[in-house]
Amino acid sequence: MRILLIDDEVELVSTLAERLSFRGIEADWATSGREALEKVAEASYDIAVVDIKMPRIGGIELKRMMAEKYPHMKFIFMTGHGSEEDFRTGSEEAGAAYYLVKPVDIEELMKKLNEVLKR
Amino acid sequence: MPLLKTMKPKFWDYRDVAAGHREQAFNFRRMWKLTVFLTAGVALIPLISLAIIDYHVTQRSIESENLLRTARLVSNTRRTLFFFFAERRAAMDFIARQNNFVALNQPGALEQILKNLKESIGGFTDLGLIDPLGNQRSYVGPFNLLGVNYSEQDWYREVCKRGVYISDVFLGFRQVPHIVIAVKRSLPNGSFYVFRATLDTRKFDDLLSGLEMGGQGDAFIINREGKLQTPSLYHGKVLEKSSLPVPEYAPKTRVFEEKNADGISLIIGYRYVSDTPFILMVVKHKRELMKSWQETRIELLFFLGISMLVILGVVIWMATYLVNKIFLADQTRIATLHHVEYANKMASIGRLAAGVAHEVNNPLAIINEKAGLIKDLFTFKKAYTGDEKLLGLVDAILSSVKRAGAITKRLLSFSRHIEVSIEHIDLKELIEEVLSFFEKEAEYRSILISLEATGDIPAIESNRGKLQEVFLNLFNNACSAMEDGGHLDIRIRPKDINNVLVTVADDGCGIPKEDLERIFEPFFSTRTETGGTGLGLSLTANFLREMGGRITVESEPGKGTTFAVILPVTMERKEENDA
Repeated sequence: MRILLIDDEVELVSTLAERLSFRGIEADWATSGREALEKVAEASYDIAVVDIKMPRIGGIELKRMMAEKYPHMKFIFMTGHGSEEDFRTGSEEAGAAYYLVKPVDIEELMKKLNEVLKR
Repeated sequence: MPLLKTMKPKFWDYRDVAAGHREQAFNFRRMWKLTVFLTAGVALIPLISLAIIDYHVTQRSIESENLLRTARLVSNTRRTLFFFFAERRAAMDFIARQNNFVALNQPGALEQILKNLKESIGGFTDLGLIDPLGNQRSYVGPFNLLGVNYSEQDWYREVCKRGVYISDVFLGFRQVPHIVIAVKRSLPNGSFYVFRATLDTRKFDDLLSGLEMGGQGDAFIINREGKLQTPSLYHGKVLEKSSLPVPEYAPKTRVFEEKNADGISLIIGYRYVSDTPFILMVVKHKRELMKSWQETRIELLFFLGISMLVILGVVIWMATYLVNKIFLADQTRIATLHHVEYANKMASIGRLAAGVAHEVNNPLAIINEKAGLIKDLFTFKKAYTGDEKLLGLVDAILSSVKRAGAITKRLLSFSRHIEVSIEHIDLKELIEEVLSFFEKEAEYRSILISLEATGDIPAIESNRGKLQEVFLNLFNNACSAMEDGGHLDIRIRPKDINNVLVTVADDGCGIPKEDLERIFEPFFSTRTETGGTGLGLSLTANFLREMGGRITVESEPGKGTTFAVILPVTMERKEENDA
């Protein structure tokens, strides 16, 4: 399983990627939508974990762009903001079960990743 | 006065503290007074003026009517009296002209004439024939007056001078009042004789007493000295001086008002009867005459009083009704204004909470991952394993982050739902969420909170934010009512198919009975000193109404208060627009 973590906070994604690697998951990370699109073009990923609120290309938009190009990819959303709008669009795009609120529990993230992959 | 208190409208003691310098515009008592005075004034002043004018006009017309009637009576009676004397004088004149002195002087002639006069005209007592020297040459009657000389008597001089004489009344034979009439017959040779008769007055007594008069009326005759010539009912006996003064001479009938010695108002009509010494008097009691007016006056005043009462009643009722309507409209306006203000405030608080939560969340997430990584290093890398103390520290950091994360999540969820519309809500979960805000306070104050759900409680359709506020308010009130160590019991159970019942019972200070009816009114608060706005319960009730639910309260001072909230399982769709 190969996943891509996308969040504008470097510290967060980098640490999260390292932690996942301890658990046997190959994780790359990107800090912007543009970088993420480049990474996706270079290699193939099974799942993208996307922060909804990001500067320039937002999480929802990014998901649409990637889903169009790589239909096999699956997505999990993260958000630090629990606004109604985020929740609604996030759960609509990925299903309420694949919507995580920060701070994210690593075990929960693992559980979700496995679930998504099985789907 | 308890009756007045219950009748007192709600706006009476109301003062709009927020009105400031525009307080006059919201002084409903003043508004009411102004309305009552103006309307009553406009209605009553013309009514009272008309009544006063009508009163005087009617009184004056009745008075002048009475004067006129008296004057008419005097004139008519005067005419009758005048004819009475004229008739007898004419009869005597005729006899004197028809016969000459010699014929009248013959024995038996006067007897025959007296007999004829008594039978035809009536009222004659005796007859006498007097020569130019004043000697009574012939006489027929009850006295022996033959040969008496009258030349020195006043009446004889008078008749010689003026040709006719009518005497005052005097008591004659058998104490019966009499009058003398004498006529002079001038002969062609320059000589003359006088023909004299005595009349008894019964005839014209009857004439006067036969008059029909109202108002204790009295008709009588006096002579120029004021002596009564005929009997009077109230003003003296015959030939006595009348109790009334002699009125001044006037050629025509006169009527005037005067008070007698007893202070009673009299209406006096009089007329000097020409060619006689008599004055005809008609006297009436004004009070008696005005009796009908008194009755009319009472009716008029009664009607005026009733009209005024009815008008005042209608005016007061109308003013109260209208001002009350304005007052209620104003109250609604204020409540709406505050409601909007409150909703805005809540929305601001929500936005602020969301912002804070979000800002805290990102660094929190980083701490979480970093600490997680440290833990991973200890767990997965051989080089770091085994240090139990460090592992414990990292676990402590992670559990704290978890707690902080729970708080931000709660804040976010709370703020998120403030503006949210209808959704399906698990009541127990929602109440638990709200109760979590009170956990710390309850712990400090050792308040025992119990939440119990019995029966099968369906998820209800409702507005989460408003429902949260409803319970937040109720729990908040309960906590302020309770002493430390109190009990707060919350029970949820299905009421019927369509409704769920939530009871919130505390064992706090309770609510006095007189306040119980008012607690749902806006701005009713017993905690104004400690920062209560008096809006909590009114908003609670409002929210519940909007959601199709309702709230009731039972309380016993000293024992505690129980609020019962009834919520419909499904909401009417129209409420969505309000959310």
